Amino acid sequence: MTSVAPQGLPAVFQQSTIDYLAILPLLIVFGVAIVGVLVEAFVPRDRRHMVQAGLAVVGLLAAFVAVIVAAKHQGLTMGITDGASDRRLFALAIDGPALFMQGTILLLGVLGVLTMAERLGGVGPDAFTPSGASTPGSPFETNASRAGALTSEVFPLTMFAIFGMILFPTTNDLIGMFVALEVLSLPLYILSGLARRRRLLSQEASLKYFLLGAFSSAFFLFGSALLYGYSGSFVLGDISKAISTGPIEMNGLLVPGAFLVFVGLLFKVAAVPFHAWTPDVYQGAPTPVTGFMAACTKAAAFGAILRLAYVGLDTGRWEWTNALVVIALLTMVVGSVLSVTQTDMKRLLAYSSIAHAGFVLVGVLAFDSKGVGAVLFYVATYGFAIIAAFAIISLVRQNGGEATHLSQWAGLGKRYPLVAGAFAFLMLAFAGIPATSGFMAKFAVFSAAVGTGGATGTVLVVVGVLCSAITVFVYARVIVLMYFGDPPGDTGDAANAVEVVVPSVTTTFSIAIGTVITLALGVVPSALLDLADRASQFVR
Amino acid sequence: MQSGMETLATLANGAGTYAAGVVTHDGEAHAATGFTSYAWLLVALPLVGAAVLLLGGRRTDKFGPLLATALSWGAFLVGAILFIGMLGRDDGDRPKSVHLFDWVAGGSFNVSAGMLLDQLSLVFVLLITFVGSLIHVYSLGYMEHDPDKRRFFAYLNLFVAAMLLLVLADSYLLLYVGWEGVGLASYLLIGFWHYNPAFATAGNKAFVMNRVGDLGLSIGIFIMFFHFGGVDFSTVFAGAEAVNGVNQGFMTAIGLMLLLAACGKSAQFPLQAWLGDAMAGPTPVSALIHAATMVTAGVYLVVRSAPIFEATPDAQTVVVIVGAITLLFGAIVGCAKDDIKKALAASTMSQIGYMMLAAGLGPVGYAFAIAHLLTHGFFKAGMFLGAGSVMHAMDNQVDMRRFGGLFSLTKITAVTFGVGWLAIIGFPGLSGFFTKDKIIEAAFIGVGWRPWVFGLAALIGAGVTAFYMSRLYFMTFLGKKRWTDDVHPHESPLTMTIPMMVLSLGSGFLGLLLVPTGFITGWLNPAFGIAETAEEHPVVAPIIITLVTLLLIVAGVGLAYLRYIRDDVPVLAPTGSLVTQAARQDLYQDQINEGLFMRPGVHLTRSLVFADSKGVDGAAGGLAAMIGGSSSRLRKLQNGFARSYALTMLAGVVAILGALWVIS
Amino acid sequence: MNEPYVPVLFMLGLGFVFAAGSVGTSLVVGPKRYNRAKLEAYECGIQPSPQASGGGRVPIKYYLTAMLFIIFDVESIFLYPFAVAFNQLGLFALIEMVLFVLTVFVAYAYVWRRGGLDWA
Repeated sequence: MTSVAPQGLPAVFQQSTIDYLAILPLLIVFGVAIVGVLVEAFVPRDRRHMVQAGLAVVGLLAAFVAVIVAAKHQGLTMGITDGASDRRLFALAIDGPALFMQGTILLLGVLGVLTMAERLGGVGPDAFTPSGASTPGSPFETNASRAGALTSEVFPLTMFAIFGMILFPTTNDLIGMFVALEVLSLPLYILSGLARRRRLLSQEASLKYFLLGAFSSAFFLFGSALLYGYSGSFVLGDISKAISTGPIEMNGLLVPGAFLVFVGLLFKVAAVPFHAWTPDVYQGAPTPVTGFMAACTKAAAFGAILRLAYVGLDTGRWEWTNALVVIALLTMVVGSVLSVTQTDMKRLLAYSSIAHAGFVLVGVLAFDSKGVGAVLFYVATYGFAIIAAFAIISLVRQNGGEATHLSQWAGLGKRYPLVAGAFAFLMLAFAGIPATSGFMAKFAVFSAAVGTGGATGTVLVVVGVLCSAITVFVYARVIVLMYFGDPPGDTGDAANAVEVVVPSVTTTFSIAIGTVITLALGVVPSALLDLADRASQFVR
Repeated sequence: MQSGMETLATLANGAGTYAAGVVTHDGEAHAATGFTSYAWLLVALPLVGAAVLLLGGRRTDKFGPLLATALSWGAFLVGAILFIGMLGRDDGDRPKSVHLFDWVAGGSFNVSAGMLLDQLSLVFVLLITFVGSLIHVYSLGYMEHDPDKRRFFAYLNLFVAAMLLLVLADSYLLLYVGWEGVGLASYLLIGFWHYNPAFATAGNKAFVMNRVGDLGLSIGIFIMFFHFGGVDFSTVFAGAEAVNGVNQGFMTAIGLMLLLAACGKSAQFPLQAWLGDAMAGPTPVSALIHAATMVTAGVYLVVRSAPIFEATPDAQTVVVIVGAITLLFGAIVGCAKDDIKKALAASTMSQIGYMMLAAGLGPVGYAFAIAHLLTHGFFKAGMFLGAGSVMHAMDNQVDMRRFGGLFSLTKITAVTFGVGWLAIIGFPGLSGFFTKDKIIEAAFIGVGWRPWVFGLAALIGAGVTAFYMSRLYFMTFLGKKRWTDDVHPHESPLTMTIPMMVLSLGSGFLGLLLVPTGFITGWLNPAFGIAETAEEHPVVAPIIITLVTLLLIVAGVGLAYLRYIRDDVPVLAPTGSLVTQAARQDLYQDQINEGLFMRPGVHLTRSLVFADSKGVDGAAGGLAAMIGGSSSRLRKLQNGFARSYALTMLAGVVAILGALWVIS
Repeated sequence: MNEPYVPVLFMLGLGFVFAAGSVGTSLVVGPKRYNRAKLEAYECGIQPSPQASGGGRVPIKYYLTAMLFIIFDVESIFLYPFAVAFNQLGLFALIEMVLFVLTVFVAYAYVWRRGGLDWA
């Protein structure tokens, strides 16, 4: 009866060692987010938009520089080494995969913020509503704006989300992982509900995302509790050690614990059967937010999945690999098959992103550093392509609102060759056609899986190749429609025509960068592949 | 007469010997020096043309087509210089590798982009650039009044660049890039007149069927990477030669996957259905892509992968069977088509069947497969251009039952077409005679049932070819006029006729230059590492084979004469026998594809979509729904209940957890 | 066995018995006389705010106030353990705590400037 304290706590207080340079990117992004809240409170209304957007971009770029600095300070940090039991209890792991994901998310975040900042000549960001109950362009909306309801809050919200995202892949224990998960999710729930047009759809998306997100968080927590019961620790390294040396009689807790924790993470990457929210939320959320979510959330969550699979649960791999294989197969098949019949551009890309999550999972299941490198490369390439794709979708309008139905895109290639060309190219990248980054990414994950995944890996790859063949049809259909289709209701009614609005320099920049990077990584991918490969070692 | 025939036959057989040596691929290509290191110009020149024309927009309307043509000729010039350079070197020194850049360099996964200039790739370069350039010239005339001329030339240049990349690649990965590139160019050109929905559909059909083949190529590449740890030719071939019995299964799998790819690109059975519809594209496209070059890429792939197929006799047998089936299939379909271009397309399919058959026979066949490919490139391109010229004359009609008696009015076309016709049926002395005859003889080599089955198939095919090609020629140029009232046939301009004349020269004499002189075997065999160690003889004496072939040809031409010159050709097609009806329907290829693959696929998709809570979308699904309005969407969206989503998640968790518990 | 947990189990059982017992006892032995004041919502002794007829909607202001309360409530919860162990933790923890309070204070500034505290 001497001590009921958990094994993790040492008897005497011991101060954490913190390498501030290693966590500099996190500090910068969090600091900028806090300053953003203050800006919202104290900076005059007419200057807020510029200040907020500028602050966010500068902050993200500074954090990116900090990532490069932090690369020299890799290792475990924010915690203690317990001399008595020789356990390393650290909250954060700053290592190759974490830094690569941070860098990727920060750069993607810059593009995301730039598309969100699009005003199209209005006072606030065009995609977001200043007041939930008014219709766009109505006097009520103008009144709401005049009364102080502005939408520049989206920038601090985005920064908080990015903070959670760059924290997510670095967390070295389950509690930290959960905190990061919530920090990145809560701002996204709000952002999803802020669409200026098609309000009901947006609010519905927000609520659904929130409910289901809470549901999946519950799974994660339950799984963490079971793993704690099994191993007596939340720290990933401890769990791994407990599995290899641990008590046989507690094995009943390991499998459900591991799987439930995975469920919480797989929800975020939209793996089947935890994908149901994706199409609704992608469709309902403001388009720039959708692009941001699709690119950055996926990267962050895959970072966490990698760490969990390679650091925390690696020793118990045989217990849960089969479950993940089944999920990867389901995700690829369901995502690509359902994308065939979609008629809404945003839903189509949502299902496509589900299929892509399946492809990335194939790389995760390769279980070696090559697989890690391939996954890192894949999420980076996918992120740049999908942000640009959603930015383009936000420009195709009819009567001021976005024209997301496929039929509205017919014949776009004839009237807007440049925009349609860029979009077609991005579609080719999603399809994995050579000379695009998508091809290199698919090649990297598939060859990693075939090389080391054994028979299971080969099955996954065969299914993956079949599924990408299915999706090629989907993307080809969009391209055919844009170039060979007749514009809808071609009555010469200029006011009703589908048009591509001319964006400001910010959106143009992010579309151009996304497209150029997609091309560049398809033609000369070696630099990034090499970087991803070198960044594929985890610290423990 | 008898002795003359014999002399010819001996000439045709060369020394009457066949290499049957073991293939030992020691083809270490040396790094390129001198002009050879500029080989990248081959791909770069037409690529620049395509880029300038596509990006330059309307500004390049005036000089664009001329620029494209000039760049294509430039590529030919580079190819010719390289060829002359290679002629001057010894066999062992001929293959050169050109390193371009490190494409992918990430840890254990390295691919460098480079070119392999050996005897095989260089003959392809010459064929592609020469025929391609001629067709550029022809198109200057043919497309003169088309408002989108510039785009057309851009695609042509794009095609030439991609095709050159395909044949020059030194790894399967780079080859795949070219492979997709020619597919893209082909797709764009088939659907060039896309305002006609049927044409756009034809483009889609070609695209989809080619994807099935591409799937084979990519899976094949994955297996190679897994098995050999690399995808460049030297690694793979070295691995293939070291293969032992244990890994036979892998080799067969790779071989079959490559064959699937070849079938898709070369319109071989069972992926042959797209070629006929692909004739929707402009005629120069049919001549260049769907007769002379792209469709032969499959043959190139099989021949290039010789070391792989050598290691797996099973896959080789399948190649021969596919070739035999396709050559008969195409020949039968060709007999019933009234559309001049579709008849030519069926003939293309059948001739590529011959090449495929030869390529599957192993070392005895490779050189002849390529020789036939080269001569076929000339005479078939010439005939397609002739067909284009006829259509030009006849207000774009394609129904041969409405032609007839054109000889006197379009003399140049008729004569050049005639040379092609005689060449393809194997008229003694012309190109086809030498190359096809060699394939037939090679098919008769072997033991057991194989030589008899394959040899007879090739023999019968020759007879049928003679019949349907003569039918085509007679119905078009000879016999009575059956024109519609408002046509006024006239000869085409010089830009069109000069390429036809040049090609007909090739149709006439190329075979003579290549085969009896032993040039093609002497040139290509070192590239395959074939050492002439032993001789093999056909099961029937070559002279008898030649005589029987000629007999069948005469019979075929005679039958065509009786039915299409002596008898009147009805303007409307008679019902015909069951076989004719089936052949008109392409032996029901579309119906079979639809029944076996498309309908189950559609059903599967529909039923799966129904499982989604937005089932309504799927039921309305497919292409039709695209046209539908978006007004009802908002209402439908309210159906996506969050509670059922949560239930899906929970059910998934429970199911997988349950399964984990059961198995562990 | 897991000896340290037995008292916890015991405590749990005791709590359950007490709760069930007191509710049960009052049900059985308590007098049951109701009046209007007893049936009204319990709001810590102050007069209940007027509501729309039919029990209708709660003004959004309640919601905002409740959320703010939770934020500062959570803050104070973190302050308790800090205060208890302050001697052991030293200067480092003090700086950390000040940063934490400042962060929450930013939220307060935001709410204040954006009118979250104006009841009208």
